[in-house]
Amino acid sequence: MRYLPHSEAERAEMLGAIGAADIDALFRAVPRTALKSFDLDLPGHSPEFLVEAHMRALAGKNRAAGDGPFFVGAGAYRHHVPATVDHLIQRSEWLTAYTPYQPEISQGTLQMLFEFQTQVVKITGMDVANASLYDGSTGTAEAVLMARRLTRRSKVVLSGGLHPHYRDVVKAYLKDDADLECLSASPEGQGDILDHIDEETAAIVVQTPDFYGHLRNIRTAADAAHAKGALLIVVITEVVSLGLLEAPGALGADIVVAEGQSIGNALNFGGPYLGLMATRKEFIRQMPGRLCGETVDAAGQRGFVLTLSTREQHIRREKATSNICTNSGLCALAFSIHMALLGEAGFTRLARLNHARAIALADALAGVPGVEVLNKSFFNEMTIRIGKPGADVVEALARRGILAGVPVSRLVPDDPRVANLIVLAATELTTDADIAALAAALTEELK
Amino acid sequence: MSMNTQGRPTGIGAIGQGATGSALLPNEPLLFEIGDTKHSGVDLPDVEISTDRLGGFERKSALDLAGLTEPEAMRHYVRLSRLNHSIDSGMYPLGSCTMKHNPRLNEKTARLPGFADIHPLQPVSTVQGALELMSELSHWLMTLTNTAAVALTPKAGAHGELLGMMAIKAAQEAAGQSHRNVVLVPESAHGTNPATAAFLGYSVKPIPARADGTVDVEAVKAALGPDVAAIMLTNPNTCGLFEPQVIEIAQAVHDAGAFFYCDGANFNAIMGVVRPGDLGIDAMHINLHKTFSTPHGGGGPGAGPVVLSAALAPFAPVPFVRKGENGLELVEHKEGNALGRITAFHGQMGMYVRALTYMLSHGGDGLAQAAQDAVLNANYIKARLGHVFSVPFGDYPTMHEVLFDDSFLKDTGVTTLDFAKALIDEGFHPMTMYFPLVVHGAMLVEPTESESKETLDHFCDVMLELAGDAKAGNKDRFASAPAKAPRRRLDETRAARTPVLKWERTGMPKAAE
Repeated sequence: MRYLPHSEAERAEMLGAIGAADIDALFRAVPRTALKSFDLDLPGHSPEFLVEAHMRALAGKNRAAGDGPFFVGAGAYRHHVPATVDHLIQRSEWLTAYTPYQPEISQGTLQMLFEFQTQVVKITGMDVANASLYDGSTGTAEAVLMARRLTRRSKVVLSGGLHPHYRDVVKAYLKDDADLECLSASPEGQGDILDHIDEETAAIVVQTPDFYGHLRNIRTAADAAHAKGALLIVVITEVVSLGLLEAPGALGADIVVAEGQSIGNALNFGGPYLGLMATRKEFIRQMPGRLCGETVDAAGQRGFVLTLSTREQHIRREKATSNICTNSGLCALAFSIHMALLGEAGFTRLARLNHARAIALADALAGVPGVEVLNKSFFNEMTIRIGKPGADVVEALARRGILAGVPVSRLVPDDPRVANLIVLAATELTTDADIAALAAALTEELK
Repeated sequence: MSMNTQGRPTGIGAIGQGATGSALLPNEPLLFEIGDTKHSGVDLPDVEISTDRLGGFERKSALDLAGLTEPEAMRHYVRLSRLNHSIDSGMYPLGSCTMKHNPRLNEKTARLPGFADIHPLQPVSTVQGALELMSELSHWLMTLTNTAAVALTPKAGAHGELLGMMAIKAAQEAAGQSHRNVVLVPESAHGTNPATAAFLGYSVKPIPARADGTVDVEAVKAALGPDVAAIMLTNPNTCGLFEPQVIEIAQAVHDAGAFFYCDGANFNAIMGVVRPGDLGIDAMHINLHKTFSTPHGGGGPGAGPVVLSAALAPFAPVPFVRKGENGLELVEHKEGNALGRITAFHGQMGMYVRALTYMLSHGGDGLAQAAQDAVLNANYIKARLGHVFSVPFGDYPTMHEVLFDDSFLKDTGVTTLDFAKALIDEGFHPMTMYFPLVVHGAMLVEPTESESKETLDHFCDVMLELAGDAKAGNKDRFASAPAKAPRRRLDETRAARTPVLKWERTGMPKAAE
């Protein structure tokens, strides 16, 4: 077995040094009925080329996003990741290091996390960011719990524009808590969360651009929440939007949660992704997740360490702010490298380009008979209403080689109001030819 | 100072506080001290856009994001990387963390476009290979554990614990047992266990360890009662010991109407050799990043699938894969008592690919051999060091990791921390320190199956030499360690007392601005 260094002779020699008759002697604590009491019905070890062939065969049964016109978004976006990013994150020193618990020999990871936190602070306009959470959806649930701790109130209101999966995750984390109010789906940007805030409210959760692509008014939401002593949690599933849209921190957000996948990370069928969380500095001690801070070493040199860990499970155990331990370190590295390559100039251009491609998409869709674009405002994603079930049309277009977006009914079942809706996204990778192909195929399907 | 064509200073010592001229000096300025807002390593057209459809929400606040051109970025991140210890550069015997070799075939397969470039919400008909992979991984996990079901979606071990305990809570609510509000957690448990139980509103009742480091079934029985929902037991436990009474403990827990949550962080010690389902577990997470070698990546991403007993299987979360009339289906909405969804999308596909690649490479026989080699290596270290280092629990052979306490350092003035830092100067990553909490000054050493006998011998020689030096009174070597690392000991108190969590402009104008 190519990954195991010992020869049989060495194993025997080591057993001799231990004073064990055989390897089973080392498993002496295992009840006899449970030790090797079975035949494993699994294949035996396999050479590299055969394993690779098997995996290629499985991969070959999937239609990759790059294989043709592609408009699927709804919380995960296909962007170009520079080759440099993937090269760098595969360096041994990044890939095969553990959590930086020994700071003297982990300064690479720690300095990167410090830079990452700074980048997240800058794009969100908040005071402080953590070193990542699993993804945007679990980050949203963590933010809700954090807001409850901060306000010592329990009512939480989720906007109807919040990604339905995010809503479901919050519901699962809160276990159908009676104090959780989920407003019904608002595909046209309607529904006023502001009417649901009262003196019992810990937080309202507003996504922008929302699940349907509409841009929501964060300033108004913040003012209304603050007037009742509640917090505003802003959720962003497309982090590229922050290159063009106002930072939530500048509009009064208290906690910002974002899915960071768009920068540096591939689609990966849904994971691993990257949860970003940023907040006001007075809330740091209720924030979940790791934080990296600057300090000096015994020789007075600048260095970085994980800090404020009295919030965390390995110190506080049952009194921790969260049970999170492993998070998304390597995805944070990919984000940070990609963001460093972009810089302000590149990030702004990328966001503008995404919006420009989305305008081209929206205009083309509006020209297809039978298609109504619901959005007055959007960043790179929009919702259309058609005269047929969205799921059927998306499936039919897939057979024509076009991945035309996400039928809303896939995430919001049993709601006739959304049955004929499709959410579509454009990114910098969306070409005019892709859009023309979609418009032509959709015209055919809707005849 | 010279300037490049972009008007920025170049050369040694020109920027920030680091000496950037030599690749081998352990200093690298911050990204924000090298880059500026004008430079970019990505060529993108600067398109004109109309703001009509932005609803008046255009960004007005400054971004102030530093950018680097591609060669600058390459150098920055390569130089930073050199400040890290990694498995590929040296032994990483962190107990409980399982720093084993990360095969690169896994990285290659995870990057196949058919896995990396597919969207979680594209039509299920276009991702049949992905669903097949998830089924195949599930089959391996259920076979290795002899369990009825597996929930793949948890994003890491702690997330798996959360899911497993949520399933237990849901099962008890469905059975009219929602008054059960206590979870038993042995004192040696990972911090995530009590944190998870508390997260779900349970109160945590600690179970003390026996003198031999294992859990006494009588202590469990004494703690069980009508208010107990579950026990969270790590097996092999965090002292590196297999719980000899695990079957009796499972029986007692079940007899009391409670569930057995097994923390499977140490499954790597027994994969292919012992099936946890045969021991009576109801739920157990498996850290794919420990047992099945998906890279730790400086702190994640991980993956923590949870195997479930038949009693808990109906409470598995969505999504999951099942066979349908037209091939494999993805069940995305909760049915009956199921938990619903604990993450957007379908979990850590990238980790599934790597873990399955690892399993296929080893095969069932290779996994068992890997577990046995891991146990062999830990016992070899114990045999070579046990006469000098203090082994608190020596009644049984250890499993994949060996626990020492600090009594061998008594009266030397050297602490576990000092000792660990001295190990850095010898080229090793320290072992896990001060965990588990059940012994004083714990040192938990986990070599994994990846280390050769030569490396183990070298490690043991160094450990013995250090112990000898500590006993000989050479305190300074330890107090001043590490001396050969990129940094001396860092002031963690200062970091916590006056938190500096981001870079800020100091007001000093940069040379280029």
